Formats: sequence, structure tokens, C-alpha cells
Amino acid sequence: MAGSEKSSLTKPRWLLAELTYACPLQCPYCSNPLDYARLGDELSTEEWRRVLSEARALGAVQLGLSGGEPLTRRDLAEIVTHARQLGYYTNLITSGYGLDEVRIAELKSAGLDHIQVSIQSPEKLLNDELAGTESFEHKLEVARWVKQHGYPMVLCVVIHRQNIHQMQQILEMADELGADYLELANTQYYGWALLNRDHLLPTREQFAEAEAIAQSYKEKVKGRMKIYYVVPDYYEDRPKACMNGWGTTFLTIAPDGMALPCHAARELPGLNCPSVRDFSIREIWYESAAFNRFRNYGWMKEPCRSCPEKEKDFGGCRCQAYLMTGDMADADPVCSKSPHHHRVLEAIASTQRSASDKPLFFRNARNSRALTG
Amino acid sequence: MSLQPDTLLELSPLLRMQWEEAQQRYVILYPEGMIELNETAAAILELCDGQHNLTSIVEKLERKYDASGIESDVREMLESALNNGWIREIIAH
Ligand code: SF4
Ligand code: SF4
Repeated sequence: MAGSEKSSLTKPRWLLAELTYACPLQCPYCSNPLDYARLGDELSTEEWRRVLSEARALGAVQLGLSGGEPLTRRDLAEIVTHARQLGYYTNLITSGYGLDEVRIAELKSAGLDHIQVSIQSPEKLLNDELAGTESFEHKLEVARWVKQHGYPMVLCVVIHRQNIHQMQQILEMADELGADYLELANTQYYGWALLNRDHLLPTREQFAEAEAIAQSYKEKVKGRMKIYYVVPDYYEDRPKACMNGWGTTFLTIAPDGMALPCHAARELPGLNCPSVRDFSIREIWYESAAFNRFRNYGWMKEPCRSCPEKEKDFGGCRCQAYLMTGDMADADPVCSKSPHHHRVLEAIASTQRSASDKPLFFRNARNSRALTG
Repeated sequence: MSLQPDTLLELSPLLRMQWEEAQQRYVILYPEGMIELNETAAAILELCDGQHNLTSIVEKLERKYDASGIESDVREMLESALNNGWIREIIAH
């Protein structure tokens, strides 16, 4: 790719640093790749420092530290300190599991800006079952400490068929905990979530009911709690503008150093995502084939190519296109103009039938090895 | 929300405002988001430091830009910042 094109490209704004795939929980909707247990060595502290510095120099300003469970990295405070010195706005995305008050204070003085704690359900039984680990009371306690230590508190609940009927209780729990932000993230179906889709995808009626409850609660908590509602795109007839456009805004670095235009892009065959162990962030962002692959509109096929809406949604999600049609350059099948749209409708129909004939796969190393052998 | 001219104002502790070299502008950073500020908005918000109120912000800016009659614009900007939770009033106890 010629250097002269650089000026027309936007700079990365968001860096998602997946520090590790290690996690004490086993959520069946986890967005980590199915084969995570087979992936290589984690980047060292020194390598992360370099990645953060290079991405910041390019323009990245929002930093997400996630995983896996980022708390399992012993050098977390060191990484946060470096990020703060560089001027990042740093977000720790955690299950809360293993967090204690000493560490919360330590991270605060290292310069961490906010903590996002995820809770699986407002009911202990379901929370612990979904997490595959007894963790409910501890998470509530962590959420309170986060508040007490002066962080903005972001509570995240991934929504799916097992907990969608608890929407009202979820909202009340968040309000009671004093969350400043509540993220209601309807499950996106990649990786483990796709594998478990028949157990997770809510029906259209369930979804509509839950959304109505969340919307009316928004009014009630206006001014004290902001609610972000991530819609389940299966029930839309246009796809989401995935990643705000490929290679325009987001940069994800996986635990082993692979640089991804979106955190699910690892599943795309032949994309050959570059590693930060071989290239600088600048080379990766501007010159790598992977980051240029779906920039602009030249790669599109019909119906996207001649579609007047292509600048709005960029043809949707490349990973969803690949997972459902087998071709990553196809229109996202969520789109009603896609010739593969019936696959989404079929998935919805199959979820209405009983799901009990398939097992629920928890995200753990044993399943990862067994499924990807 | 209507703003009292003598109430001291400060940036919300839940967000951060900073200069972004790569974008050549000030931005407000908060969980999951960022707002890019124009020069005027940045100049007003910089003065929300717990030491200034509407009246003194207007005075300072009129001097700085050698302008007059900017009060209603500044008020409008501050009220919307207040409504968005970017700034808050320091209420004396
Ligand atoms: S989704 Fe659950 S299992 Fe996956 S990394 Fe997060 S906490 Fe761990
Ligand atoms: S055809 Fe393609 S570009 Fe047009 S709306 Fe559907 S996904 Fe978007």
C-alpha cells in the first residue's frame, strides 16, 4: 500500500488491549476465540509498553484493558501507569473476580480512569451458573468498592435468553449499586456465543418486552445513570455499522500480539492478521493487507456495491458475513437485502424450538481443546 | 436547568478534559466515549475549575477575546454542559 494514501486514512482512536485469555470464569457467550487455549505466548510487560506507546503516538486515546480476565496479569498496575503517563483514558474491563480493595486503590493511584464490572444476572443462582463459578456476592462488593474509590462505575450485563426476563431486576440492581453507566449488551453471536446460540438467542417477543422496560427505566434514572443499550442485530433489518468501518477507528491487540481490526477478526480465514512482534503499530495500521482489506468500498459485492446505504453501515460485520455465508466479502446477512437473510430468520426460528437437545458449552480450556482439535 | 450567575462551576470528576495532539483539539473523555470540543467550548470548560462562576467566566472571556455581549452564548453552552453532566455546580453547605 503506497505511503501517499496515508493522509486519507483516519487514525486509530480506540485501542482494545486483550492482556490475557486466562479467566477464572466460563461464560458461555464469551467473545474469546474457540481455540484460545491453543494460542501462543502472552506479550510481556515490555511488549505491551511498546504497543501502548506506538498506538498513542498514532492517535489512540481510549484504552480498554480486557481479556480474558485482565486481573490475572500481575503487571496490570505497571501497564496502567504507563498508559496514564501517555495520556490514555483507561478502562479496566473485568468480571471483578479476584479484585480486592487494596488492588482497587493501587490501580487508582496508578491512574486507572474507570472500571467496568460485569455481572451475569441479578440472581445469585443464575449468575453463578452462567459464570461457572461462585462469584455473585463478590461482584456486588466489588461494584460498591469501585464507587467508594471514586471511579465512574460502569456495570455491564450481557443479555440473552437465560436472563432477559430479569430486565427489571437488572435495572434495579444497577440503580441500587449506584452505577453511573449501565451497559445492557445483547449477545453478539461469534465464538462461544454462536456455538451456544440456540440457548442464548431470545425470542422477538422477549426482546421487545425487555427493550420497552429498559427504555422506560431510562427516563426514571435520567441524570444519575446512563444506559447504553446494545441491540441484538438479529432482530434488525439493517446491520450495525460494524467497528465504525473497518480500520477506521478501532484497533485490538490479542494476548499473543496479533493485531485485529475487530476482536472477532481472528476467525476470518486468509486474513493473516499481523503481529506486533513483527511490525510496528504504524506499519500495521497503514500498510498491512489485513487492515486495508475492507477499507472503503472497493471490496464490496452486490447488493452492497450499488446500495445507497453503504456509507451508513459499510455492509455490516465481516465476521458475521463469513460465519453465516462462508464469504467474508458478502453483505452481513442481518440485512434484509442480503440473499442470505433467510439464515438469520432460520436461526430465530430454531431458537423458538426446544434447545435442550444440544449441550451448553462453557468457555474453558478443556472445551476449547476438545472443540478445536 | 437554569444557572445562577454566582454559583461556582467545576468539571465533573467522572470525566477528563485534555488536549489531543493527534486531533489538534481538546476532547472530553468519559467511559466508552469522547467528545471533540471546538475552541469556544474548550475555552469555556477550561474555566470550570471550581474557581469561576458564570459572571467571571464571561468577564474573562470578554477580556481574552476582546468581545462583548457573549453572556447568553456562554450561558447556553454551560447549561447544556450541566444537563449533559459534563460540569456540576458547587453548592456551598
Ligand atoms: S466473558 Fe466470561 S469467560 Fe469470557 S473472558 Fe469475560 S468473564 Fe471470562
Ligand atoms: S445491502 Fe449492504 S450496504 Fe446496503 S444496507 Fe444492506 S448491508 Fe448495508
